[in-house]
Parts: sequence; structure tokens; C-alpha cells
Amino acid sequence: MKTVAEHNPNRRNFLKGSAALVGGLVIGFYLPIKGGRAFAADAAPAQVFPPNAFIRIAPDDTITVVVNKSEMGQGVYTSLPMLIAEELEADWSRIRVESAPVGAVYNHTGFGMQITGGSSSVSSSWEQLRRVGASARVLLVRAAAQEWGVPESACRAENGQVIHAASGKSLSYGKLADAAGKLPLPENVALKDPKDFKLIGQPVKRIDTPEKVNGSAQFGLDVYIPGMLMVLIARSPVFGGKVKSFNADEARKVPGVEGVYQVPTGIAVAANGFWPAKTARELLKIEWDEGAGAALSTPKMRADYLEMAKKPGAVARKDGDPAGALKQVHKSVSAEYEVPYLAHAMMEPLNVVVDLKPDHCGIWTGTQSQTMDHASAAKVAGLKPEQVEIHTTYLGGGFGRRANPMSDFVIEAVQTAKVIGKPIKVVWTREDDMRGGYYRPMWADRIEAGIGKDGRPVAWQHTIVGQSIVAGTPFENFMTKDGIDQTSVEGAATLPYAIPNLQVDLHSPKNPVPVQWWRSVGHSHTAFVVETMVDELAHMAAQDPVQYRLALLEKAPRHAGVLKLAAEKAGWGRKLPAGHAFGVAVHESFHSYVAEVAEISLEDGKIRVHKVTCAVDCGMVVNPDGVRQQVESAVIYGLSAALQGAITLENGRVVQSNFHDYTALRLSRVPQVEVHIVQSDAPPTGIGEPGTPPIAPAVANAVFALTGKRLRRMPFDAETLA
Amino acid sequence: MISLTINGKAAEVDADPSTPLLWVLRDHLHLTGTKYGCGMAQCGACTVHLDGQAIRSCVTPVSMASGKQVTTIEGLAEQALGKKVQQAWQEVDVPQCGYCQSGQIMAATALLQQNPKPDDAQITAAMEGNLCRCGTYNRIRAAIHKAAELQGEAK
Repeated sequence: MKTVAEHNPNRRNFLKGSAALVGGLVIGFYLPIKGGRAFAADAAPAQVFPPNAFIRIAPDDTITVVVNKSEMGQGVYTSLPMLIAEELEADWSRIRVESAPVGAVYNHTGFGMQITGGSSSVSSSWEQLRRVGASARVLLVRAAAQEWGVPESACRAENGQVIHAASGKSLSYGKLADAAGKLPLPENVALKDPKDFKLIGQPVKRIDTPEKVNGSAQFGLDVYIPGMLMVLIARSPVFGGKVKSFNADEARKVPGVEGVYQVPTGIAVAANGFWPAKTARELLKIEWDEGAGAALSTPKMRADYLEMAKKPGAVARKDGDPAGALKQVHKSVSAEYEVPYLAHAMMEPLNVVVDLKPDHCGIWTGTQSQTMDHASAAKVAGLKPEQVEIHTTYLGGGFGRRANPMSDFVIEAVQTAKVIGKPIKVVWTREDDMRGGYYRPMWADRIEAGIGKDGRPVAWQHTIVGQSIVAGTPFENFMTKDGIDQTSVEGAATLPYAIPNLQVDLHSPKNPVPVQWWRSVGHSHTAFVVETMVDELAHMAAQDPVQYRLALLEKAPRHAGVLKLAAEKAGWGRKLPAGHAFGVAVHESFHSYVAEVAEISLEDGKIRVHKVTCAVDCGMVVNPDGVRQQVESAVIYGLSAALQGAITLENGRVVQSNFHDYTALRLSRVPQVEVHIVQSDAPPTGIGEPGTPPIAPAVANAVFALTGKRLRRMPFDAETLA
Repeated sequence: MISLTINGKAAEVDADPSTPLLWVLRDHLHLTGTKYGCGMAQCGACTVHLDGQAIRSCVTPVSMASGKQVTTIEGLAEQALGKKVQQAWQEVDVPQCGYCQSGQIMAATALLQQNPKPDDAQITAAMEGNLCRCGTYNRIRAAIHKAAELQGEAK
């Protein structure tokens, strides 16, 4: 029976059809993107979805903005249309959003491919989309002026209408769109002076909220296409392992199971529903050739990393003579730090729908990385790029996992579809997702630092040990400099404090555990290490941690600005309730500056964070409530990891499997998060990630202030605190 | 065949009685607003109402739902309180990725059904089982207070 209509998620066909339905879609344009680094060889617009790249205006005045970034919670379906609407003088209530298909026109202006990451959606679209909006406005005004036979200068655009004040005439954009769409694109349109912004800078409610509160928002897992089988794959319990032999006799007997297949990543069970597929998968008998990965265990890896950290690695930054200076300092300290592998643990586990036909491949998934997934899918399917379509659904969280440089989940799904020969949905169970690798790397750091008689740091020697997330990926070439993966040392080699003798170096050991970017990437560990060490130096110098930092940030005014603001708003220095303490940290990432003051106490030997006061400088703000949302989110995400997160290995097997043993913060442990935004006229910078790095060091520094114990290992819950 | 009443409508499904209600809702009925997050009652993304009580549909065999009223996020707006909760969620602009929010809203509505004016401790106790990796927790709490207020005004 079917009480609900079969979903027909073939949006592309719907779009093509909609032109005919609504009668003359309009404002067709394709604005070439300048200044993009060509990542893919073809920058030709041949694959561009014709004819409308970013805006369609319908006769009913509905404006559809085609968004080329994936909505994973960070609010791009609101902030990016705001950029267009501002310059277009659109009626915000008529804005609709649609996810972009794959096409060169939708490439990220900085990365030269279609991708969502690096906290760069707003900054990379800032000029581009305002220009799109302004161009459309010029055409609409021109069309109205021609219609009325009046000069363009006598007309103005306002709230979705063109108005001729002298005659009192007006026409809505919907009525003008057809004529405007026939005009040639204007060149060099002027953009507004920011002081004239009406929408940008105002708190705007998210466009996607209504469908996210009534259950209608479609995530990848919600896509059902006719004839589709649900597929679960039994993958090697050890990274790099291969199937030696298998027996599926019992699995095949489960009612609803349509077949069991060997696929490149393991054994796939296809069934008419998730439950029979899962039931059958548990009955598979598989013998694995585990390979070298079976030797991996966390305690041994930690010991190896700490040993490596004792010797300098490849030098990422060297100022002065740190080794010499360390011999002459007034006081010195050396410390080792460790952080574990972390899973992204998005609420929606990975999944991909594939409809593979001899001459076409349709893919529905929540991906952050369309261009690479598209190219990989075409290659695996043996099809031409134009025969492959990716439909980007909503993403039930991303945090980096859905921008896999190896396109792991998409390639596997297409490979599996080839074997099975029917439309499929590959579903990763929570356990599959958590044990599937592509973790934030485990890191060990060692810092030796010393201060002079005045308390100021004189020498700083920082050695970092951890896997490169770009080694062996298509990103290796442009994210590695002089043999150093820049993401491994970011936030450490970019230390903003005035320290005359400083070295940061790196060891990049290799092992079979797949690693990847995780919200804030390298900063997720470097901020913890450097900001707790700076705090340690402040205490060694018997100085206030805020004042100590400020004295070292004279040439870093934006760091200093957020630090002062957070300290002021938190009431730094005021008397706190008994058993409470403050800790502070400041860090720049993705060109934005964030300071956080954490107020903590201990409850039953565990850290209780009461409140986090944040100050952020991310340049000009498009949607202040969106910025607040992202900082609130980034703090909680970072705090989950700081207090509780760890993926560990035993004999090559990931120990954790689900939310009972890879725990995330729940409501009872969530602090109040207060966000203060620095007013700025600098261009917008990142906001999805920069709130994450400072939280772990702010909390660790608060613990020191309260107990005198230095936390140098995450997660903090593993520490004994009195 | 198993007979169910979902959002006030009768439905017959051909499923093994041990199949979790979640997968009957999703795979058989394509009511996809109810989400899969963990499969072991750890995250709350699959929360629905069974005779008004919040339950985790990922660990509830469909056979247990037979003869009872199942309410999912898709049917929530038909209830006055459910509508208010959804309205509060919009006013506070709670969701980010949105994946956990159906479950959050179902859990919050069940709480408000039993306790029209919960305090912070009661909210924490009732919502502790619902994970949100985007960390929208403070807004969830604010929206529950808001919904209580909206419902109070309506009376």
C-alpha cells in the first residue's frame, strides 16, 4: 500500500518543466566568474545549467535563488540569497531557494570547483552574488523604462517593483522579467555603499526553518525513487582490510532480501527495506584479510607520537634562534599535549541514492563536494560527465565529513550500483558511520617555551605530530607548501604573539586510518595547544592572562579587539561564586577572530561549563542571527570534543560505535553561550568554524585557574579532577 | 498485514512484526520526517507519539503500535499544541541542519502535553535523550518556554 505519494525527487526535470508551466522564465543569466583558480580543467560553460545560473523570476513575482553551496545547517540558504536580494531590491518574502546542479558556473570563486567548506561560503560569494543581484536590478529597471518610454534615471527599484515616481507608475519584477530577460547583460554594475544596505546586517529568519519544523525538508536519507533497493554494506572491521571469503546462505533467507553481492568495499546486502537489509547483514559470515591495519592500537600509537615529538620535524616557521634562546631564558617550561581521533558524527549518517542506467547516472546525496564527487562518479560509472547528475539534498550535518577528498561514499555507492544493477540507496548505519574512518587526526604536540625577567616570552619551540589530511588526495598539491601540509600547522605556525625566537615544526606519520578535515581542521588542536601554553606562560610570569596576551598582541589589533570585548562582556576579573573560575582563549581561523571566556566549576569531579562569553570579528556581517547561531553551534561542537570525544583503536578496530560510547553533549551539560559581534567594515570572513577552536583552551585554562591542574590531553572527562 | 493508525488515518502494512516502527514509517509509508540517527534509542531523532507518549520509534516494534494512535511530525500541526510548538520553533529560529528537529519537536510537544509550564530542570529531564550535533540546545530550551507561553495565551 502507499498512503503517501511516491517521492519524485527528479528536481531537474521539474525545473525544466516549470518554465513551460509558469510561462516564460526570465532573467537568464550566466555571469562568468573571475579570479577563480581553475581546479578542474574545463572552465567552459558547456555544462552550465542553461539559461539561468542564479536567479529565476516568475510572473507571480516569486524569485528563485539557485544556491551553489550546500546547506548543512550553517545558513547559506539564507545568507547567500540575502546578498542577491540586497542589490536586487527584492521583496524578501518572495525569495525561494533551490540547490544548484553541478556546473562550472557554480564553482567556488576561490577554489575553482563546486565545494562547501573552509568557512568561505559568504566571503567567496560576497562580490559575486551582489553583482548578480545588481545586474538583474539594472535589467529590470531598463525594461520598465523602455516600457514606459522614460529615462532609466527617472525610475527606481524598490521591494520587488520598479517605480516611476513622476507618473506614479509601477511594475512588479514578475511582470518585467520576460522583457528584462531579453536584454543584454549590463557590464560593470555599481554595487551599493554598505551604509545603504537594507537587508545585509539585519537579523533575518532562516528560509529553511518552516520545512525543518514540519518534517518536509528532504535530506539524502529521505529520497525514495521507484524500484529502489536499500543497501547495507559490511565493510572491513580494520582499515585497509579485504574480503577473503564469505558465506551469505543465512542472510539470503531473510524475507525481503533481494541479493547479496561482493563489492569493492565489502559485502553488500540489498533488500526492500532497511530492516531486512540490516537483519541479513548480521547473518553474513565473512573472513577478512585484515592487513597491516590490524596492528594499530591507540596506546602504542600515542607512545610513538610522543617519541617523535621529542625531535624536531620539518620546519614550518622559524624566527630567531629558539634553541639558543631557550638556554638563556629566565624561566622555562616544556609540555606534551595529546588529542585523539574524532568522528564528525553528523546526526544524519552517510547515505547515497544512485540510479544508474546505461547512459545516465542520477545521484542524490548530501554532499559538500559536488565537482569532485561528480567527476569520480562519472569515472566509476564509465559515463561522460554530462551523463551524471548530482542532486544535492539538505545535509543532516556536515562538519567536513561530506566533503571527502576521495569521494569515498559516492564512489562506493556508484560501484555498488554497478554490481547490483538496480536503483539503490546505500545507507550507513550509525555504527558504519562512526567506524568508517576519515577522522580528525590524532595529534601529539610538544612545546618548550621560556620567559625573560620581564615575563615576556623569549623562546618558543613547538613540534607537531600527526597525519596529513591532504597527503594522497587531489588537494595535496595546493595545500602543501615546502613539504608541509598547511592544515597541520595552521594556528601554530601563524601564532600571533610577539615572540622573538620561535620555531614550529611538523612530523607527518602515515598509517592506514583515514583522516579528514573536521570543523576548524588544524585549528581544532593547535588552538588548544598554543592557547593553554600562552596561559601557562602568563601564570609563570605572575600576570593576568588577558593583560599578558594583550601586551603580546600589539601588532594584532583584531585579536586584541575580540579579546578585550569578550573579557569586558564576561566581566573578567570580577569576583565569581565560590568554586567557579574563568578561563580565556583567543584564536584566528578562516580569517575571523574569536575570543571566548568560559566560566566553570567542578561537579562530582567533572567539568561543568556554566557560561561561554564569545566575541567575534568576522568582518561585515550579513545575518547577525546567523552569526550567533554558528558561534553557538561551534562552541557546543568544540565543547563536546573537549570534554567527551575520542575515537580509539584496539587491534585495528575502532572501539566506539554509537552515541552511547562516542558521547556528545546533551542538554544538561550545555552552557549558556553569549555572542558579541565586533562592528566592522572589513569584508566578511568565515563563521561556520572559527567559534570551535577557542573553547577547549578556554575551558582548560579555567580548570587551571580553579584547581592548579594543567589539562594537556583531550578529552578532559578522562582526567581526574578534585 | 499490520493495521496502524497514523496521524488519524488508517494504514495497512505488510511488514515483519519485529520491524521497528521507524522503518515502517519511512520505508513503507514514506513518512520521512521521522529520522534515523542511531537505531538504539540514544539520540531521539526518531521520536514519535504513541497514544500521546513520546517513544523512540527505532526500537519500537511495529507490532506494538498496532491499535494505537501514532502521531508523527507530519501530523503534528493538526494538534493545537503541536502547531504552537512549531510556531515557537520558528520564532526562535531553532534549526540549523534540522535533522534532529522533528524528534526534538515531538519530544517537546509530549512534555508540554503533560506539563504546560515546565521549568528549566523539567525541560532538561525531558529533552536529555535528544541529541543535536549542531548544538541548538539553548534555542530548543527557549522555544519550549516560548511554546508554553503561546499555549498559555491561547487558553
